[in-house]
Amino acid sequence: MLILECPCCGVLADETELAPGGEAHLKRFGPGASDDEFEGYLFMRENPRGVHFERWRHVNGCGKWFHAARDTSTLEVFGTYPAQTTEPPRDIRDRISARRPGWTWREFA
Amino acid sequence: MSEAVSALNGQSFVGIVKIEEAGPQGMITLRGDAGAAALQKAARDVAGVDMPGIRGIAAAGDRAIAWMSPDEWLILLPHAQAHEGVATLRTALAGTHHLAENVSDARALFRVTGEPARLREVLAKLAPADLHPDRFGTGEMRRTRLAQVPAAIWLDSAGEARVICFRSVASYVFDLLSVAAAPGSEVGFFDA
Repeated sequence: MLILECPCCGVLADETELAPGGEAHLKRFGPGASDDEFEGYLFMRENPRGVHFERWRHVNGCGKWFHAARDTSTLEVFGTYPAQTTEPPRDIRDRISARRPGWTWREFA
Repeated sequence: MSEAVSALNGQSFVGIVKIEEAGPQGMITLRGDAGAAALQKAARDVAGVDMPGIRGIAAAGDRAIAWMSPDEWLILLPHAQAHEGVATLRTALAGTHHLAENVSDARALFRVTGEPARLREVLAKLAPADLHPDRFGTGEMRRTRLAQVPAAIWLDSAGEARVICFRSVASYVFDLLSVAAAPGSEVGFFDA
């Protein structure tokens, strides 16, 4: 069972109180983008065994979206952080580096 | 105005705790920027208490304000005064980005009373929230889910909890609470 701390209301929310929102930090490609860019934005997703960044919504609580960094195989949670960011914050990345040296995820490491 | 009728007309159940539908309750949803002085003043003028901090609920007499999310509050007041409360808020907040709406008849309110440990137990059977006395006490509003539906719970006192849910699921929540409070279903998890 996954328990994530909602950064908006501070509640330690059980997975069943949350709604998953898929992969985090997608870069949107819209009108004017190439077919390859648009295909990547629509369909290409990471599917890692290990470090992963996701969006979650505290649907049965404060209703806000947030980001979470976790390990998909051990369910270890490295941290949660606000939705208003386009990349994982430095402190979260440092925490992951301490636990999983050499990790990479998309262009982040 | 026509006579207000609550979802379950005051239905009640007595088991290891007492579950009562609390009857018509005025509720106003207020949304806006938490830092706006005009919003804080307008809320205080209508509810008679300062806006509470994160996850708080502040009460004075028959009125209260509960923190629902970083930009949403629920003002509780007598049912007959909800319309007037919304009008007051809208007048006071003209020109300030906000939303004030009377949601009294869209929700149902339950009162759960009984022995403090039993009461926590009944709620804990249904919600994935940590209701241990060290983690959840009076003055805190906890939005969570009860079985399959969203709900908000808070403790008025150690022996009295309130539960708010959507009106459309009022009978479901009443049945849930009644089953969780069935005689002989004590768990004793929160017994000192």
